[in-house]
Amino acid sequence: MHNNNRKIADEIIFRSGVNVRKCMKCGKCSGTCPAYDEMEYHPHQFVYMVETGDIEPLMNSKSLYMCLSCFACVERCPRGVEPAKLIEAVRNAQVRQQDKNHMTANDVPAKLDENIPQQAIVSALRKYRK
Amino acid sequence: MQRIGVFVCWCGSNIAGTVDVQAVSEALKSEPGVVYSTNYQYMCSQAGQDMIIEAVKEHNLSGIVVCSCSPRMHEATFRKTAAAAGLNPYMVEIANIREQCSWVHKDMLTGTEKAIILGKAAVAKVNLNTPLIPGESPVTKRALVIGGGIAGIQTALDIADAGFPVDIVETKPTIGGKMAQLDKTFPTLDCAACILTPKMVDVAQNDKIRIFSYSEIEEIKGFVGNFDVTIKKKARFVKEEICTGCGACVEKCPMKKIPNEFNLGMDNRRAIYIPFAQAVPKVATIDPSACNMLKNGKCGICSKVCAAGAIDYTQKDEFVNEKYGAIVVATGFNPISMDKFDEYAYNQSKDVITSLEFERLTNAAGPTAGKLLRPSDLEHPHTIVFVQCVGSRCASCAEKGKEYCSKICCMYTAKHAMLVRDKYPDTEVYVFYIDVRTPGKNFDEFYRRAVEEYGVKYIKGMVGKVTPEGNKLKVRASDLIAGKQLNIDADLVVLAAAIEPDKSARPLATMLTASMDTNDFFTEAHPKLRPVESPTAGVFLSGACQGPKDIPETVSQASAAASKVIGLLCKDKLTGNPCIASPNELMCNGCSTCENVCPYGAITYIDKEFMNHDRTKSLRRVAQVNPAVCQGCGACTVACMSGAMDLRGFMNTQICAEVDAICR
Repeated sequence: MHNNNRKIADEIIFRSGVNVRKCMKCGKCSGTCPAYDEMEYHPHQFVYMVETGDIEPLMNSKSLYMCLSCFACVERCPRGVEPAKLIEAVRNAQVRQQDKNHMTANDVPAKLDENIPQQAIVSALRKYRK
Repeated sequence: MQRIGVFVCWCGSNIAGTVDVQAVSEALKSEPGVVYSTNYQYMCSQAGQDMIIEAVKEHNLSGIVVCSCSPRMHEATFRKTAAAAGLNPYMVEIANIREQCSWVHKDMLTGTEKAIILGKAAVAKVNLNTPLIPGESPVTKRALVIGGGIAGIQTALDIADAGFPVDIVETKPTIGGKMAQLDKTFPTLDCAACILTPKMVDVAQNDKIRIFSYSEIEEIKGFVGNFDVTIKKKARFVKEEICTGCGACVEKCPMKKIPNEFNLGMDNRRAIYIPFAQAVPKVATIDPSACNMLKNGKCGICSKVCAAGAIDYTQKDEFVNEKYGAIVVATGFNPISMDKFDEYAYNQSKDVITSLEFERLTNAAGPTAGKLLRPSDLEHPHTIVFVQCVGSRCASCAEKGKEYCSKICCMYTAKHAMLVRDKYPDTEVYVFYIDVRTPGKNFDEFYRRAVEEYGVKYIKGMVGKVTPEGNKLKVRASDLIAGKQLNIDADLVVLAAAIEPDKSARPLATMLTASMDTNDFFTEAHPKLRPVESPTAGVFLSGACQGPKDIPETVSQASAAASKVIGLLCKDKLTGNPCIASPNELMCNGCSTCENVCPYGAITYIDKEFMNHDRTKSLRRVAQVNPAVCQGCGACTVACMSGAMDLRGFMNTQICAEVDAICR
């Protein structure tokens, strides 16, 4: 089981292009996250859990979908770790694992409204591309 | 033909444990030129050295090969031995059979085989060695210190104390540097001015020290022992020798709204100003960008009120030429700009300040006369948030922050937090940290005192965002240990900004041909063993221009640099390294490639007259190496396309002979 977790974690690291070892545990991502209070696990914990391969609880957590993809953590991380990209890859892994998408790419345009931040749209497209 | 003696060292069991030393000395006996070969337990010992000296005499040796440890360890030792035996010291070659054989091989057979091969290479080289004699150059017994902060002051005082004249060049109107702006100093909380200003006065009163304030380095030529420097004395429009520093001009100057650099723009100064009360030299300076008289000829009040008649609106920049034997760089540091850190709202609110601004706010001579008041409304702040590592340890974006740790912030933040809690116990003080780094004598105790005795709230986590709202600053931060996000309504936010080398350091390094790292800190000659010398001979480093440093460290380095300078200036003549580049002028095609690759600026080109085959004469451009500057790195020899450049002691023929011996 542990090995399988490590495999998923490595896959997530590969897909996101994020180097989790760069994290110096300063907590600026969590200090900046507007969705912090909605989350069970917080941005700095996302990074740590992927680093240590503690993937299962993270994949099953609602926290994944609380991330707004606002990219504030990416913007402000002093080490360039990019937690939002990582969490995007975790969501992606979750979706792929279930082997079924929440919606098809064609469903996306209809659900958009003009108040959605640009980055969330990009993020959504990435999420539901396949 | 050389008569070579081979001496194989056992180094106890260090070499003999893995290399068959008997076999090595036997094998090398039959090499060309070798007339004597032996081995001994400790070649570097007195007995071993005596053995070499005796063998030189007995067998009339002309060259020596020592198969032993790295030449970094004992080359100098055996060169002295050779000299004692009457040989030229450069007739000695070392075959490194310890670091390169016995320590890296486990197998006796392979270790021995390699030792023999290295020995053969060394023998092949000695066969081509020629005696080398180092050149000499005179020493100008005067030192230049660039920068008049605590580093420059301490270096200058120490050099002057040894009896050598020193000039300090400081770009600001007064010496004192950053330390003059500080309030208290950690970990003992002495007042910075109380310990610094007596030193500034010492400098002013020392007849060996000249201060060039409000001056810059214009040009540096020459080399160790013989630098030729042009100093630009910027026009201050006040005759320095006459001005008494009475301040009457400052009082009467009508231009009152010029941001005061000394207080980091938190209050105003006049167009004519003396930076602070204890300035050295205590002389007024006119800011030409602010003075009405200089801009449009309307005013002249300062000239009228000056009883000494020191004001001179026609003053021009003046250039002074001076020779120096040694140059000390002490250009110091500055906090980085906070412009790119939008999340902390530094440019949106006056109540978000840097730590250096905080120093001025708590300083009795500062804009609030030492009372801690918010810059926006001059109210007493009740909740203060300190943010550490702002721009330090920041690897994400080079133009935003710095990858290194700025070293001093943990301690000065602890000091600020402690002083606030001491003076105003009704104030809540939060310090957000990533790590608290307190290596240093009495440093950790100091930090713990801030927590335990003064009740400063240290929170492991970072501030993510500061939002000005009404007269409050909404601070959103993480508390990693509690696993909470905190929202604090603060009155004042203090940012511990990273520090960077002064902007003047880069052009200065170019003038000095001194090397720098990617962060523009000067590089030392060796990070551990030569920390106060630049790799460029005659250039020394003092203080934060070499890396972030606190005051105790800066002062120690300043004194160390001074002692190195004194060591240099004590010599009447400098003995150079004879292993330097030398061009074959007949082969040189004047292409300048060597001049461009030389990291020390040792190569210049001259037009030289040559006799042609038909007995006519013609001028040709050829390379010339300054033996006092060349460090023998060999970069030019590999860059030279016509093969005209060669390194004495490491001639191309010698290197090829070594390679041939190895491949034989």
